[in-house]
Amino acid sequence: MAEPLLRVEKLVRRFGGIIATDNVSLEVASGELHAIIGPNGAGKTTLISQLTGHLEPHSGSVSLAGRDITYLPAYRRCALGLARSFQITSLLLDFTAADNVALAAQAHAGTSFRFFANARKEKGLRDAAHAALDRVGLLHRADVVVSRLSHGERRELELAVALASKPKLLLLDEPMAGLGVTESQRMVKLLQELRKEVSIVLVEHDMPAVFALADRISVLVYGRVIASGDPAAIRQNEDVKRAYLGDQHVVTHHG
Amino acid sequence: MKAFSVSKAVTALMLAGLVLLPLYSHLTGNIFILTLFTRIIILALAAASLNLIMGFGGMMSFGHAAYLGIGGYAVGMLAQEGVGSGFIQFPVALAASATYALVIGALSLRTRGVYFIMITLAFAQMAYYVASGLARYGGDDGLTVYKRSDFSGLINLGDRMQFYYLCLACLLGVIFLIWRIVNSRFGLVVQGLRSNEQRMQAIGFAAKRYQLVCFVISGTMCGLAGALLANNTDFVSPAVMYWTRSGDLMVMVILGGMGTLFGPIMGAVVFLLLEEFLSQITEYWALIMGPLLLLIVLFGRGGIMGALGRAGRG
Repeated sequence: MAEPLLRVEKLVRRFGGIIATDNVSLEVASGELHAIIGPNGAGKTTLISQLTGHLEPHSGSVSLAGRDITYLPAYRRCALGLARSFQITSLLLDFTAADNVALAAQAHAGTSFRFFANARKEKGLRDAAHAALDRVGLLHRADVVVSRLSHGERRELELAVALASKPKLLLLDEPMAGLGVTESQRMVKLLQELRKEVSIVLVEHDMPAVFALADRISVLVYGRVIASGDPAAIRQNEDVKRAYLGDQHVVTHHG
Repeated sequence: MKAFSVSKAVTALMLAGLVLLPLYSHLTGNIFILTLFTRIIILALAAASLNLIMGFGGMMSFGHAAYLGIGGYAVGMLAQEGVGSGFIQFPVALAASATYALVIGALSLRTRGVYFIMITLAFAQMAYYVASGLARYGGDDGLTVYKRSDFSGLINLGDRMQFYYLCLACLLGVIFLIWRIVNSRFGLVVQGLRSNEQRMQAIGFAAKRYQLVCFVISGTMCGLAGALLANNTDFVSPAVMYWTRSGDLMVMVILGGMGTLFGPIMGAVVFLLLEEFLSQITEYWALIMGPLLLLIVLFGRGGIMGALGRAGRG
């Protein structure tokens, strides 16, 4: 079998006495949309942070396309093709939408130690920014300062920023968080388009969205992966029902 | 056509005033105003350099006066040792400032926020005490520069008007450079880091590298101000590095408008003119100056440039 795009092996991360990530292993194949679900406090964000390099694991390893990245800083991982969105929107608030995306493109287009030429007039960067904004349906808001964008628009902009770095793997930390019904539907549609182009790890609470999108799902409870498989298998899994879904109407009524 | 803007008009007026000032001084025979404004321009240059890291880069350096001293001592010490050529003194002043900035920056940028403020302050105070200890170069009493930097006939720093225009040219040159830098790739990265460092790391920028380079550029620019200042006063002493002077520079930047191109000049002009005239009225001028600055900072968000911008929008 081919080397998976992302391989996580026996990852452990503790906070004091609490084991937030407990021997987590998972693989994401190229082209796959892999969802990670779990109740609040299951350690999803802790896991994502170790994948992006914002947090170091105590043991275990993370590799991207066969390369060990366990201890690489965030900015180096990004250069290797790993992009992320944040659970709590994290953008440059006093920059325009286009500037936010153009900076992401700039990070992957030659050196940024250029001191004299006007970067906002670099056609390549602006075109890349506009293309990514167009992709998420935000082109008409390109020149608006982020602090004036709505929450939904900011979620979409997060995605555009991640796309602009032309990633191999996209880590999306609750992209639907705080979105209304119509906005969520738009986001699902968008992700359905994007998954054709890029592999995605999706952490999400919105169960209908997860079951509609995912090729495979890993269920995280108390820092451990208790089940991993395709949506049908997860829906049938007794452990999952018991440990996490409880009154699992959200899952059974869908699909 | 761009809309008329009050801040642009006031800036243009101020620059025109600075360019024409020697003419006024010449016609009226008022030499005092020329010397006063030479000093204002030099300190405006220092404030502009501080604004690059503080306003645009979000790095609150509380030790910027150290570069005034380093640039000044480079000129003074070389003059003392018989090296009078400006072609040597000025490059040495810039190189010394850059080196100091590189070392201090590399250490200070490991910290953020209040710690960054405190550590830059601590290093500047260290520089102050080192200068106080230089017995050969006057120690506490400072060092008289008997002869101004010699640019072998190219320009005569002993001539008040020529020296004034040299300082003004340096200031405008530095403002031009800062303008180019803040709109360049590098400048956008530095401003992005001010806005949201976590985000910038996530899209692939190694924060510290860019901040350090910016810190060095700023320090070098301020070193130039130091070299000019020593020539202006024919004297350099540890006092130019004292923390209150760093504080003055910060006040000028905040007063004029952080992160604006011409704000620091505006701030320096207003601050130093206030200081000058209030101190003529009363020896307790600081009692008036303090509350006045407090009011401006509290109620005039964005400093003078911010207030002018709001006035422009009506």
